[in-house]
Amino acid sequence: MNAIRVGWLYLKMGVLNELQYRVNFFVQVLQSLIQVGTGLVMLSLVYSHTTELNGWSESELLTLIGVQILLGGLIHAFIQPNMERLLEDVQQGTLDYALTKPEDSQVLVSVRQVRIWQIVEMISGLILLIFGLTRVGSSIGALDAVAFACSLTIGAFLIYCFWLIVTTGAFWLVRMEHVLELFEGVYQTGRWPIGVYPGWLKYSVTFLVPVAFAVTVPAEALTSRLHLGTFLLAVGFGIVLFAFTRWFWRYGLRHYSGASA
Amino acid sequence: MITTDAAPFPQAGRVRSFVDFYLTTMRTAVATQFQYRAANYFYMLGMVAEPVIYLVVWTTIAKSSGGSVNGITADEFAAYYIVWTLVRNMNVVFGAPFWEWRIREGQFSGQLLRPLHPIHYDIAYFAGWKVVVVTLWIPLAIGLSLVFHPALHPTALEVCVFIVAIWGAYLLRTAIQETIGMLNFWTTRGAAVFDLYMATELLLSGRLVPLQLMPGWVQTLANFLPFKWTFWFPIESLVGDMSTQSLLLGLGVQVLWIVGMFTVFRFAFRYAIRHYSAVGG
Repeated sequence: MNAIRVGWLYLKMGVLNELQYRVNFFVQVLQSLIQVGTGLVMLSLVYSHTTELNGWSESELLTLIGVQILLGGLIHAFIQPNMERLLEDVQQGTLDYALTKPEDSQVLVSVRQVRIWQIVEMISGLILLIFGLTRVGSSIGALDAVAFACSLTIGAFLIYCFWLIVTTGAFWLVRMEHVLELFEGVYQTGRWPIGVYPGWLKYSVTFLVPVAFAVTVPAEALTSRLHLGTFLLAVGFGIVLFAFTRWFWRYGLRHYSGASA
Repeated sequence: MITTDAAPFPQAGRVRSFVDFYLTTMRTAVATQFQYRAANYFYMLGMVAEPVIYLVVWTTIAKSSGGSVNGITADEFAAYYIVWTLVRNMNVVFGAPFWEWRIREGQFSGQLLRPLHPIHYDIAYFAGWKVVVVTLWIPLAIGLSLVFHPALHPTALEVCVFIVAIWGAYLLRTAIQETIGMLNFWTTRGAAVFDLYMATELLLSGRLVPLQLMPGWVQTLANFLPFKWTFWFPIESLVGDMSTQSLLLGLGVQVLWIVGMFTVFRFAFRYAIRHYSAVGG
């Protein structure tokens, strides 16, 4: 419980710090508009040549893109800033400052940084999502909504685990900043239904980089495609991956000797 | 009386030291970047994800609509997007957002003290880096070709034009990005402008889709802008069936854009350094 209190405190501090830079809000609005605009152009381009992609109609795919942007905003606001800071700390030797604190080190490195203006990105994703849903027309049951919320939370959690595993690799490799580009590139696979990809890629973005669980599963919940089996698999995978992440973080720490801060 | 031994540089010496500067910087880049093979591969894998996504989407559409989209078959899409990966790698230049870092960290002050214009360092360093990048790219291209079976049958002339065109694309994109980078002399929030540029480039350069798939008015618009000469033209010169005349004409237009953009950069740079005051260094 102490961990949650510490996390909450860090979050509040991060938000207050970010709120000083108000112009960033407008920059973020502009960036989100560009992002959404590009997404819509791509969508209309694809559907000017076809009526359905792998069984997904244009409106359904709009929902999917909404989920992808929403989750992307979440990642950019809460997960990525912390992992970037961790990478930098390992390179510069300043990680010792976090490790010498009495609180659990994994909690600390996961909550130190927040980019609150990225909430704009989350909102723009949400708008797309709702807009797509109203055009799909089929009504969303309470169960679908709950399944969506749960699977989105699990998805964010899976992405966090993935990021921390990769970042822990910095204890051995040190220079890892390009991992950011790698993730951003692979994350874009989530824009399209996972079924379009050939087998090797489908499994890579499901289990290696859990984009499919994070984006496709919530979107399936919204468009009434989700099977209970898939949902349970996501939950099970989340538990296994978290256990592994925890173990790997500690294993990495034992290998870390510090670089004199 | 005190005299100094330093004689003024003869003209030939200036050219030689210029060439020497380029070669040394390129060699340094090669030596440095080869040490970061893993980092370079991460970067490249992330980059390759983009065309693979486009390729898979368009292949799916081609298959569901009788084998081709606007006359482009799945194998031709494969050729387009695999050549895309090389062109994209060639197109990596000193990015506009890095100007902010360069100014903020005081790196720029030191560079201004050198007798050469700082842009020469960028051009030379990134050109040297290409040696590493292309070496690392080859196995990746073989892998992609085995998976996606591209239809690629270039003539000797097309190969020659392609080799020139990818360096043309490199220079043109350098000129564009360095010019946009000049904005950082006035604002620390150039990110939105840069995003706008990236989105425009994505749609109008042939980076997202072969321009033939775009609506007519977009293609017309692209004709008046420099972007298609950084992606579409190099790729199409190798993949497509362009006539000798249009290949050579294309190279000519590329040269015109390069000269034009560097001229714009020159003015922007001159204006920008008048505005510049140092932060450490």
